[in-house]
Amino acid sequence: MPATRRQFTNLLLGGGLIGWLGSVVYPIVSYLKPPEVPEANVQTVNAGPAAEFEPNAGQIIKFGRLPVIVIKTATGDFRAFSATCTHLDCIVQYRSDLRQIWCACHNGLYDLKGRNVSGPPPRPLDEFAVNIVNDEVLVSRLA
Amino acid sequence: MPRKRQRIFGWLDERFHISPLIEFMRHKKVPVHRHTVWYYMGGVALFLFVVQVATGILLVLYYQADEEAAFESVRFLMTKVPFGWLIRSIHSWAANLMVLFVFIHMFSTFFTRAFRKPRELTWVSGFTLLALALFFGFTGYLLPWNELSFFATKVGTDIAGAVPFIGNAIKVVLRGGEDVTGATLSRFYAIHIAIIPAIFTAILVLHLLFVQRQGMHEPEYVAKLPSDKKKMISFFPNFLMRDMLLWLMVLNVLIFLAVFFPWELGHKADAFAPAPSGIKPEWFFMFMFQTLKVLPAHILFMEGEVLGILFFGLVGVAWMLVPFWEIKHRPDKRVRPMTVIGVTAILYIVVMTIWGYLE
Amino acid sequence: MVNHGPPIITISLAVALVTLLVLPVPGLGQEEAVVASDQCVACHSDLEVLPHDYIVEDVHMKAGLGCAGCHGGDPMSDDDEVAMSPKAGYVGAPAKKDISKFCGKCHSDIEFMRRYQPRIPTDQASQYATSVHGIRLARGDENVADCTSCHTAHGILAVKDSRSSVYALNVPATCNKCHGDAKLMSGYGIRTDQYEKYAQSVHGKALLENQDVGAPACNDCHGNHGAMPPGITSVRQVCGHCHVNNMQFFTASKMGAAFDREELHGCEECHGNHDVKRTADDMVGIGDAAVCIDCHDEGDKGYETAGKISGLLTALTTVYDQAETKREEVSRIGMDDEEIGFVLQEAHQSLIQARTLVHTFDDVKVGVQTSAGTAKAQEALDLAIEQIQEHGVRRRGFGLATIFITILVIALFLKIRQLPDS
Repeated sequence: MPATRRQFTNLLLGGGLIGWLGSVVYPIVSYLKPPEVPEANVQTVNAGPAAEFEPNAGQIIKFGRLPVIVIKTATGDFRAFSATCTHLDCIVQYRSDLRQIWCACHNGLYDLKGRNVSGPPPRPLDEFAVNIVNDEVLVSRLA
Repeated sequence: MPRKRQRIFGWLDERFHISPLIEFMRHKKVPVHRHTVWYYMGGVALFLFVVQVATGILLVLYYQADEEAAFESVRFLMTKVPFGWLIRSIHSWAANLMVLFVFIHMFSTFFTRAFRKPRELTWVSGFTLLALALFFGFTGYLLPWNELSFFATKVGTDIAGAVPFIGNAIKVVLRGGEDVTGATLSRFYAIHIAIIPAIFTAILVLHLLFVQRQGMHEPEYVAKLPSDKKKMISFFPNFLMRDMLLWLMVLNVLIFLAVFFPWELGHKADAFAPAPSGIKPEWFFMFMFQTLKVLPAHILFMEGEVLGILFFGLVGVAWMLVPFWEIKHRPDKRVRPMTVIGVTAILYIVVMTIWGYLE
Repeated sequence: MVNHGPPIITISLAVALVTLLVLPVPGLGQEEAVVASDQCVACHSDLEVLPHDYIVEDVHMKAGLGCAGCHGGDPMSDDDEVAMSPKAGYVGAPAKKDISKFCGKCHSDIEFMRRYQPRIPTDQASQYATSVHGIRLARGDENVADCTSCHTAHGILAVKDSRSSVYALNVPATCNKCHGDAKLMSGYGIRTDQYEKYAQSVHGKALLENQDVGAPACNDCHGNHGAMPPGITSVRQVCGHCHVNNMQFFTASKMGAAFDREELHGCEECHGNHDVKRTADDMVGIGDAAVCIDCHDEGDKGYETAGKISGLLTALTTVYDQAETKREEVSRIGMDDEEIGFVLQEAHQSLIQARTLVHTFDDVKVGVQTSAGTAKAQEALDLAIEQIQEHGVRRRGFGLATIFITILVIALFLKIRQLPDS
């Protein structure tokens, strides 16, 4: 009898220990795996393959917590700017007919250097650096 | 011993002659009496320290100690890293619990007079560990770089600066400059993860060595019993298993606190914003903080605050040297002086802490 | 190292010093340079009878025209009878009614002007002739503004120069010199509170406080040289020059047509002219601060629509504010508010666009934006509440961990009991 009791206790101990170790190791291992966006203060974002961008078109991407507009001009240059309009924080868009950046809220217009050229916006859009590396469009903060 | 274990033991013994050590460990005994429960307090504090080191190391993998990045890195930890919220909350809660248990451990050894000869140095090293633990807490509190921690550090270092003569030097060295800035954060981070851990570990090892070498202290009424009347259990495995049982329960409490009372992130610190209302230091500094608040601006020729700081400094030193000035109890008197002192101290701390929170 | 050659450094320094003293270096002793070449200035400054508004940076002086360039005469002679003789071409100061022609002598002649500034317009004098000031002056009224009233006569600076009286930030003060003078204006029955009102307005604050030169000054709405108050139908166009969407919506709406019929002043009726305040949601609707009830009474269609539009906006702002508060809480407790922030931004955008759509005076059109915005705000709110309740997931994980710990605790407890001498 005592032997079985001892065996049972040992089994319980062993099983409990393994279960407990699992419940400790699992979170730690998950923790060690870096999340998708590996950095807190994002410095660079990959906007995708350069080939996927049409000329004379723009796209909004997430740069950490900020929206950024990435434009491929008609001549094939890449530009990137903060997509938050400097007037009342609406999200701007690229107008392929005007070949400029436009804000739908109050008709603000910015040129392809981000300068506010018409309408209510009081300041230019912040510029971001674009580098093409291995055919990937990398958007990063200006140094 | 099963065969495998015997072989490993034999291999090691051949090289390091560990059998005397094993024999010593095997014969270590722990007295059993109505105050035995207090024997566990130091072990819990030790366990919590280990938890702190483990969670701390994990946090270091993601935390960035830069004025711009610190808050964001903690936010990132809590929102994007899997189980990051858990590690962070455990670290914050275990810090507070560790300080609590160190205080309990200190007062329990005080009231059982465990500091008496031959254990004076155990007490002194232990008090040093307490002070270091408080400093751990103070430096760690700044690291999330939120509003409350920024201003609490400002106030705390201002108070340190009020010490006569050397105060300003202390303040400037702590802050890494005149004000609390990114330089302060760098320093506090270095102090928190490198300097104090090194010193703490060294003194902790000494403290534990002393305890191992001298064995457990027996309260007076137990020491007076004849040896066959004393109840003892062996340290290994009985006491140790009970230790581990308690540690497991403490771990469960920690996780409970982390899940149901998670530590908040707060708002990012802004050096130019006015101080928010309700800046408080951590609870274990509250009694000192409240004392300084209620002292009048001037007492005799000194500033009230300076007098308060000096008072606490003196009390600290006196407390550290308790084994050397203990007022011995006269058997014909009912009142034991040290007990009175101890109870007064606890009452003072409790009352001032509660008062501090009521305000 | 011993240098036995000529003291080349000393010689070079000496040459440089002499050169500096002799040659007129730009910026060094401008005064002296002008005085040296222009006897008009030399004599008049000696006698201390230079015009009160004379500054040496005056554009005409800097261009080398000098006094004689406008007034004629001989700038080389220091004999005043010779210098200021009609034979030398001296014409003196023009009479007020002739000032426009006097300046126009050059400024209306593109062939002359283009050698100094190829792009400069040359229609100022002809525009001035069509303005209120020009028309009145032609009829003999000498109290109106002429070229020098705004530009000064002898201290003229380029429009782009921030020290100029006609620099964008300085225009309101320049106009106010006369238009704020009660005695002067009383003769015409023109009010004098325009500057005061303007300074309180959203345009005035933008220009005068924020120094935003994109904001309109007096001339942007009234014109420069052809200054006139905008006509009734053109108020809309003038405002619409910048506020394009609002003008387009208004023109296409029923209100636009009605305003034309009733000959009402477009935007001015609801927003004022000089004292245009920052708009607020309570301007729409049937509440005390609303402008709609100035004309619409209870029972008429407009009143009903105003109430509906106001209701739609309020519904959106209410949910938006709730969601924003919750998002704040999510951030403070340390949960993930990133996605919530993005969704809320979309809701915010819908709100902004809905406010512009108010100018369609069509609750259906406004409703399209407000319902999109309300949906987004609600989504953000739900996400936020979900985040705060995420603790639920954590609690289940905690429960699982507790089960394992409890098993282990029981096992340990049993083990301890089995040990000898326990």
